[in-house]
Amino acid sequence: MINENAKTILSVRNLHASVEGTEILKGVDFEVKSGEVHAIMGLNGSGKSTFSKVLAGHPDYAVTQGEVIFKGENLLELEPHERANSGVFLAFQYPLEIPGVSNRDFLRVAYNAHRKANGEEEVDVFDFDDLVEERSEIVKMDVSFLDRSVNEGFSGGEKKRNEILQMALLEPTLAILDETDSGLDIDALKIVSSGVNQLSTPSNATVLITHYQRLLNYIVPDYVHVMAKGRIVKTGGKELAQKLEEKGYDWLTAEDTVAEEAMV
Amino acid sequence: MSSSVQSVVSQPYKYGFVTDIESDSLPRGLSEDVVRAISAKKGEPKFMLDFRLKAYRRWLTMTEPSWPNVKYPPIDYNDIVYYSAPKQAEKKLDSLDEVDPALLETFDKLGISINEQKRLANVAVDVVFDSVSIATTFKEDLAKHGIIFCSISEAIQEHPELVKKYIGTVIPAADNYFAALNSAVFSDGSFVYIPKGVKCPMDLSTYFRMNNGDTGQFERTLIVAEEGSSVTYLEGCTAPMYDTNQLHAAIVELVALDDAEIKYSTVQNWFAGDENGKGGIYNFVTKRGLCKGINSKISWTQVETGSAITWKYPSCVLVGDNSVGEFYSVALTNNYQQADTGTKMVHVGKNTRSTIISKGISAGKSKNSYRGLVQVNPKAEGARNYSQCDSMLLGDTSNANTYPYIQVKNSTAQVEHEASTSKIGEDQLFYFAQRGISPEDAVSMIISGFCRDVFNELPMEFAAEADKLLSLKLENSVG
Repeated sequence: MINENAKTILSVRNLHASVEGTEILKGVDFEVKSGEVHAIMGLNGSGKSTFSKVLAGHPDYAVTQGEVIFKGENLLELEPHERANSGVFLAFQYPLEIPGVSNRDFLRVAYNAHRKANGEEEVDVFDFDDLVEERSEIVKMDVSFLDRSVNEGFSGGEKKRNEILQMALLEPTLAILDETDSGLDIDALKIVSSGVNQLSTPSNATVLITHYQRLLNYIVPDYVHVMAKGRIVKTGGKELAQKLEEKGYDWLTAEDTVAEEAMV
Repeated sequence: MSSSVQSVVSQPYKYGFVTDIESDSLPRGLSEDVVRAISAKKGEPKFMLDFRLKAYRRWLTMTEPSWPNVKYPPIDYNDIVYYSAPKQAEKKLDSLDEVDPALLETFDKLGISINEQKRLANVAVDVVFDSVSIATTFKEDLAKHGIIFCSISEAIQEHPELVKKYIGTVIPAADNYFAALNSAVFSDGSFVYIPKGVKCPMDLSTYFRMNNGDTGQFERTLIVAEEGSSVTYLEGCTAPMYDTNQLHAAIVELVALDDAEIKYSTVQNWFAGDENGKGGIYNFVTKRGLCKGINSKISWTQVETGSAITWKYPSCVLVGDNSVGEFYSVALTNNYQQADTGTKMVHVGKNTRSTIISKGISAGKSKNSYRGLVQVNPKAEGARNYSQCDSMLLGDTSNANTYPYIQVKNSTAQVEHEASTSKIGEDQLFYFAQRGISPEDAVSMIISGFCRDVFNELPMEFAAEADKLLSLKLENSVG
């Protein structure tokens, strides 16, 4: 939902980042206002996933240039867990398994870490149980999942639903969904999309990272961006996604190459 | 090791203080005279002195084993004090009120209250300070059930027939080098006797504290469970920080008769040495349980977090038909600690069953080895074993090894072994961080999840303590 008067949540300027000395992000500019849904599309290796990990503070990536302002603060100065507690949420493409730690305990510790960081009192086990069981409805997750180890033995779809359940509990200002649609069958895709839509409000924002237009039939973006070679090379409305679906990425990359050559 | 993992794996040892108390010690060194002097100080009957002398003479002919995967400079057995007791313990105390306040304070600081008013609910405690037992709580209450729970010195005086009948029957004096040494010079420890048909109404516990810097601790524990009885026993230990190494060579013998059950849990937190590997306890211990009767069961649970070197294999000899042996272990090593630990399950009787669950966690530059033997003898028809050995590495400078030995001499036996090695990686920590959980909390959650199968076997108070202890060892923000 686009609202010209909405507050800017995230502002990325000329962001460069590298991994082990290889530059992956080469000057990303990106802005998100509250209430908006953005989709970032692009080929494998274009830098989409790296961009999401850099925002969340993955230790493998070094930011070499540029700035990221999140809710008026310099996000790059915060530790990864501080970024999470200030409202940045990343739904993982490959959620990790944590043997022996129950989903319920993991969610409670995460939830209370957020509350504590925001000066709120931690909730006890009983209140939390009520809350998490209520939120489980959003992704139609059976409560028996809460007593299993985090993601251990979960199917691909269950893992992704678990990610959205975490999002439902932590209520982030900025949710970044990294390839959340990959590996989902159509039923799971519908459940996950419906969960994301239910959680979308005028005061938060969602960034979808995806290869395919398919997800965007269920979560309709306000803006579609195309990433190539570590930069956002094209921005448009939801119709851009359809055009990509029909024509592929080649026409864009060609255009981009022309533009780059023109700059030299 | 990455900096984020590194920063959470160093935690100062908080039990490292020394109690300033006058003690009565024998001069350094080991000789037949020293063995005689220890026996004399305790006013032991002749059979005990003979037992000690025989062990000492055997020890002289033995050589220190070199097969464990641990390294340490040679031990000078003549530079150790073999007996040290707080002065006051020389005379027998009529009540706990007479215990030296400095001692009571020491145990209070350790979180072990021996004051009857503040005693742990439903846990009877025997506290051993250097070479002697200071106090045993709940003795009278237990006596009403016919249960004997006292120091082994007292048992030798008061119940010589029981001690004589069982001591050295599970671990013969000549079993191994350190067992022989212990049999010659053991100073104190606990004795438990559960009569026929009695379910011990409370958990029994011994707390060992090594105070004197030059003293070796050689305690000896003997637990006998008569037909149809059961008991849960807990053991805890700490020592002050010294920059020299102290030797701890204990023996624990368990005997379970028909339908009896013994559950023995240890949380070991001897001083591990500093972050450069200086000082710490050499923990060379022989623990073995004999399932003598049919349908008997012995279960070992251990959480090994301390000591510069840990070398122990709590074992079960399953003689009685249908008897059951269990071993649940968590061994955590950090800095320069070395652990070579595991178990032996010896199947002798028919339809005997054993379970081994071992979790090793290595951090820093430490070395952590699981070594286990499953042996099925020719007559052990239908014997079954299940073993699972998991290792977790923190960072990339530590070392984990698994040495499983399986010897099966009966074709009806079923033996299963599973093993895994995992690593707490940046990605796992990043996942926690992305949910707002700090690296310290993440590591402690991952570790306690990894150890859950073992912690589930510990009595509740102990499980909480063990969980806390692992967190303390691995975090720098807690405590």
